[in-house]
Amino acid sequence: MPVMNIIQAVNDALRLQMRAEPKTVVLGEDVGKFGGVFRATSGLHEEFGAERVIDTPLAEAGIIGTAIGMALYGLRPVPEIQFSDFIYPAFDQIVNELAKFRYRSGGQYPCPVVIRTPVGGGIRGGHYHSQSPETLFIHTPGLKVVAPSNPYDTKGLLLSCLRQNDPVLFMEPKRIYRASKNEVPEGDYTLEIGKLNVVRPGTQVTLIAWSGMVSIAEEAAIKADAAGISVEVLDLRSLMPFDIVGILASVTKTGRVVIVHEAPRTCGFGAELIASIQERAMEHLEAPISRVCGFDTPFPYTLEHEYMPNADRVLGAIRQTLEW
Amino acid sequence: MVAPLGATPGVAPGAAADARGPSNGHGAAGYFADDDETRARGLYRLLDEHGAPVGDLSWLDRALARRLYDGMLTIRVTDARMMALQRQGRIGFYGEAMGQEAAVVGSAAASLPDDWIIPALREAGVGLFRGMPLDSYLAQIFGNARDPSKGRQMPCHPCDRATNYVVMSSCVSTQIPHAVGVAMGMRLAGDAGRCAFGYMGDGGTSAGDFHVALNFAGVMRAPVVLICQNNQWAISTPGKLQTAADTIALKALGYGVPPMRADGNDVLAVYDACRRAAERARAGGGPTFIELLTYRVSAHSSSDDPSRYRDEAVTEVWRTQRDPLVRMQRLLEARGWLGAGESEQLAATIEARVREVIAAQEQVGPPPRSSLFDDVFEQPTWLLLEQRAALG
Repeated sequence: MPVMNIIQAVNDALRLQMRAEPKTVVLGEDVGKFGGVFRATSGLHEEFGAERVIDTPLAEAGIIGTAIGMALYGLRPVPEIQFSDFIYPAFDQIVNELAKFRYRSGGQYPCPVVIRTPVGGGIRGGHYHSQSPETLFIHTPGLKVVAPSNPYDTKGLLLSCLRQNDPVLFMEPKRIYRASKNEVPEGDYTLEIGKLNVVRPGTQVTLIAWSGMVSIAEEAAIKADAAGISVEVLDLRSLMPFDIVGILASVTKTGRVVIVHEAPRTCGFGAELIASIQERAMEHLEAPISRVCGFDTPFPYTLEHEYMPNADRVLGAIRQTLEW
Repeated sequence: MVAPLGATPGVAPGAAADARGPSNGHGAAGYFADDDETRARGLYRLLDEHGAPVGDLSWLDRALARRLYDGMLTIRVTDARMMALQRQGRIGFYGEAMGQEAAVVGSAAASLPDDWIIPALREAGVGLFRGMPLDSYLAQIFGNARDPSKGRQMPCHPCDRATNYVVMSSCVSTQIPHAVGVAMGMRLAGDAGRCAFGYMGDGGTSAGDFHVALNFAGVMRAPVVLICQNNQWAISTPGKLQTAADTIALKALGYGVPPMRADGNDVLAVYDACRRAAERARAGGGPTFIELLTYRVSAHSSSDDPSRYRDEAVTEVWRTQRDPLVRMQRLLEARGWLGAGESEQLAATIEARVREVIAAQEQVGPPPRSSLFDDVFEQPTWLLLEQRAALG
């Protein structure tokens, strides 16, 4: 089985789907001849032509707005927003249009647009190449939000997204676009949207993460293990919908939970997870659920590693929850 | 003060020409021979204010003329009935197209069944003209269980998949990129011989998505006809506060989209301009932007009171002297295509039909409570199922 990185997995999924489904169309800034600034669409222009791999003007509202029109007409557009930090000009199109078309038409006009966008910091990108805006979109009824952490999941989840009929925000962890590598089947396979993955089984603490934070959580779990603490690491994979059954299976076993996310702490998705867990598993909890998050500051440049959760901060939270 | 009809204004009659009527129009032969900028500043017209032909009408037969007139009358009568219903408290909201029927029907008549309509607020009549059932249109206004959209939006947001009529949101200009995208989709899917009609008001031309959409339309050479009903008022904002450009059509020039500008109260000019644009789009000739100069003789909606912000003496001139139905009626009468009393009789028939459908739809109850959770996604998530169960 070939080893791929996340960029290659995205590329492989897009190529497979474009071969299988002629209505699948890629569009965005620099996605054509250049193959995307991260090369995720590399080679697609050569294979499928300028009609299906469309270099657009630099206007996110136009990229998403025209993708919506194409989807209404029956195509399968896969727009790329070059950095999620630049998605806001299209926010109105995503929130008020894309996510509401099926609902406001009473099911007459589904709008299956899969928006791919790199998220997260750690690449020395400052405010505008580092954000993790998932909460804004999870809070938008009608939109699915999927956030893989590794190449295998990326390919299987992207293929699933491209084959279902709802709009999706597909968040790709750019810091580990190339660093994350694992074995990826060459052919076709899909992973169910809404199912988490137990990355590392454990018994004392449940550690929940997604996207670029999964590798940080694993690193913390290894350090905890060395200190004699057994940590179960859950990779949510999908944030809307999220896998409450999988979370509760772990929480009822461990009784202690730490949530890690890169986005700012206040009103981050961790808050919703804490609320959902305590509503359903209060009697199993041995300690308050804690969070290790980005701060309520704009994403910094020079001090980005102070901002981003790291294994030591996560380990500190694991210890605290055990000592409570 | 109100400029006399036909007067030549001192400055170009642009979007800021709130008080002036169309005045510098000329017939087909001259208008379409002009360059883009002259067309964007000019005004295409086939009938003068009195219904006298000022251009070539050799293409017009009785059947088409009556289709246009009857279509306008249908909107006029339906809107009047619905506004009355709103004032009686029987529906929550209504936005009529009073005075703009020529722009609505003329453009609708230029579309073919396979074309798509991406509307703004005042184009429900386009849908009705193309065969959207009156029953489902009124069911949407009542938001009842027979509303195909299941009572999800406030009145005047109809949707009819069968006639390619896309449901609008209440946002201004967001629909214009969709129209361009639908057109791009038509070309990508290899569906030649069809085009998209994307509508907007004058207010929408100030918003970002208008500019984004025109830019995409030009770059992609999308088979789209973008139609602006310039009724000179966006609620209380007049054209001169909307743009400093002489005309809205001029904006299209900067995006490489060929402009047209027509008298929006002349149903024949509207039809002919839109037909030419649609034929070019369907033949692979790319997009067109059409400004239709008209006037909102009524309020923005049932929630608005224009007497607070504009000189209604101007409105009165448009209402009494520039009515698109009267203008067309005079042509029909001159040609013997509309008998004495025929218009009144037709209006009575339309009204009886509207009253009958209202009576039926008013009896229909609301959509079932559980339908609240349908269509968020193709299949409800566990979160929605849980919430639905909790609602009971």
